[in-house]
Amino acid sequence: MDSALIPNGVKRCSFWQFYLFIGAVGVVLLWGVLAMLLIWLKGLNQTNMNDAYGFALWIWADLAVIALGGGAFFTGFLKYIVGKDELKNIINYAVLIGFICYSSALLILAIDIGQPLRGWFIFWHANVHSMLTEVAFCLSCYFAVLTIEYIPLILENRQLDKVPFFHNLSHNMHEVMAVFAATGAFLSFFHQGSLGGVAGVLFGRPFAYREAFFIWPTTFFLFTWSAAACGPCFTIMLTRLIEKVTGKKLVKQNVIDLLAKIAGWMLLTYIIAKTIDTLYWANVTVPELGQTLAEFYSDNALYKMYFLFLEIGLFGFVPALILVTKKGRNNGFLLISAVILAVLGASLNRWVMVLQVMAVPVLPFESWNLYFPSWQEVATTILPVAYGVILVALSYRYLPVFPQEKALNPIDG
Amino acid sequence: MKKGHEHKNPKKYGMVIDLDKCTGCGACMVACMAENNVPFKKDESNKLDSITWLRVYKLTNNKPYPDTEICYLPRPCMHCEGSHGHSPCVSVCPATATDYSTETGIVSQIYTRCFGCRYCMAACPYHARYFNWWDPVWPTGMEQMLSPNVSPRMRGVVEKCSFCYHRYQLAMEKAYFEEREDLEEDEYQTACTEACPAGAIVFGDLNNKGHAVYKLKSDPRAFRLLERLGTNPKVYYLSSREWVRRQGDNYLEHEETGKARQKVHH
Repeated sequence: MDSALIPNGVKRCSFWQFYLFIGAVGVVLLWGVLAMLLIWLKGLNQTNMNDAYGFALWIWADLAVIALGGGAFFTGFLKYIVGKDELKNIINYAVLIGFICYSSALLILAIDIGQPLRGWFIFWHANVHSMLTEVAFCLSCYFAVLTIEYIPLILENRQLDKVPFFHNLSHNMHEVMAVFAATGAFLSFFHQGSLGGVAGVLFGRPFAYREAFFIWPTTFFLFTWSAAACGPCFTIMLTRLIEKVTGKKLVKQNVIDLLAKIAGWMLLTYIIAKTIDTLYWANVTVPELGQTLAEFYSDNALYKMYFLFLEIGLFGFVPALILVTKKGRNNGFLLISAVILAVLGASLNRWVMVLQVMAVPVLPFESWNLYFPSWQEVATTILPVAYGVILVALSYRYLPVFPQEKALNPIDG
Repeated sequence: MKKGHEHKNPKKYGMVIDLDKCTGCGACMVACMAENNVPFKKDESNKLDSITWLRVYKLTNNKPYPDTEICYLPRPCMHCEGSHGHSPCVSVCPATATDYSTETGIVSQIYTRCFGCRYCMAACPYHARYFNWWDPVWPTGMEQMLSPNVSPRMRGVVEKCSFCYHRYQLAMEKAYFEEREDLEEDEYQTACTEACPAGAIVFGDLNNKGHAVYKLKSDPRAFRLLERLGTNPKVYYLSSREWVRRQGDNYLEHEETGKARQKVHH
């Protein structure tokens, strides 16, 4: 039925099979949309957030998708600026994932603010001292860059490509893509960093606060670093996932190997820096403020010392050491385990820097605040996942996302 | 945080609360609610989603009977000065919806500019900032009883204690009319100060030697909450009990109460 739209030389599932899948995911999407509308119409009282827990599940999801969407800027940086040409075979997919992650992040922010119609105030009445202002500016600009990077791929659709204007536009956009990749890398460095700064500058919260290196708290650099390390891991993880779902090899192993190797070294250096930062914070910063590390991991039902060991050990050093070794990367099971662990590591780091920050008491006569999200929060957090699945599915079906697909999966006759 | 206009005699309004005198009666909380049109719900039992600009905490020395002691601690907004007005909340607000006044030392909240991101709430270690999870609903006829000097807040914005700033504005208007630039101590007093039957709350200009707070802040019993974080709050507390003073901040086991160094943020 839609065969005229499907790229030449590749095989896709039947129209009905595809749209049955889209319909099933669409139900989840609609559930999220319902929750989103409830929140917009009735307000944030639809959530379980409260005055002690002003930042909650969404902000974590926001930070996590931005970190994991970092695969787009870093892969673009490696391909266009550093000159790793093999990565052209995975860059489309990295951009698509980045586009989904960043559009989701903006949507989450629009749902999260108490007065959505005033969202533009962040640009109009901008406070240049606020990390969130920097986040808003860089995030919006980078989303525009990602859109520009995604458009040529859309224009390569078989039917659109027949239109001379679209064909030429797509070609010309490809020609200047290095400029956008450089812009994207520059913007990403700052907004990933600013997101780290959001927690790091909270000098009223010893659990979050980090000393400044030059003018930025150390979390500024750690967030950018971890996004550059774990973003590509997320791209690899989702490449393996789509290969599993479609039953096809879509990207050659040498491409995956190169990206995994670079991500591995980024992760290893990141986790060493993170360890040093944690040691300094625990032994110098926190005692200066009258607290001990143990206080942040005791007297509550959830946050125990294992959080720290999980983040740095199992989700940090373990995947890093697998990815930097050739043996680790060549073993399918170890590779997929490593990228999953790295993704969990970035997600746990963002969780800790949002949700645990809110949970830890600061006044000595207060106690821990734990919170459980409402169904509306869960549904709106799942909404971007459903939206992402649909956009990946549509893009894969109708656009030449994977340039090596044809060669890797020749169709007989 | 605004630079540009220097004030001849910059004031630094602050509070000294004598915890030895506070009985925990809650009159300050009620006066604050009425004065500032603070909204309330039918069910106010969940203190995490109800608004109380001035909250009275109950502290205990955690000792078993008969050595148990309690202390009530009223907590308004601390109007932190931080380092040169770099208070925890003002510096993070992305839309400049909260500001530090170099004229009065009061941290303001601009309700019509706040878009409800709640970053300031995350930044405040005192939990002095409250979010309007609902639109205010007043019992029938109560709209007529609201103060005309304070604008009620809508759903989705943050609010907090303003040191009854509207009272300052009214007093200054009168002073200008009488061609004066400064206020007498009793011309500007907060609602909670006036309501306290024990006289535990004293309010005034911490820079003015003629005001009671100027002397009281140097009382040997004086301490501020979480001083070592570098928030530089303008609310002082007095207590003759060491265990109360120790609960005002975080201390390592070997550290002596009140002797810790204060962090300075640049």
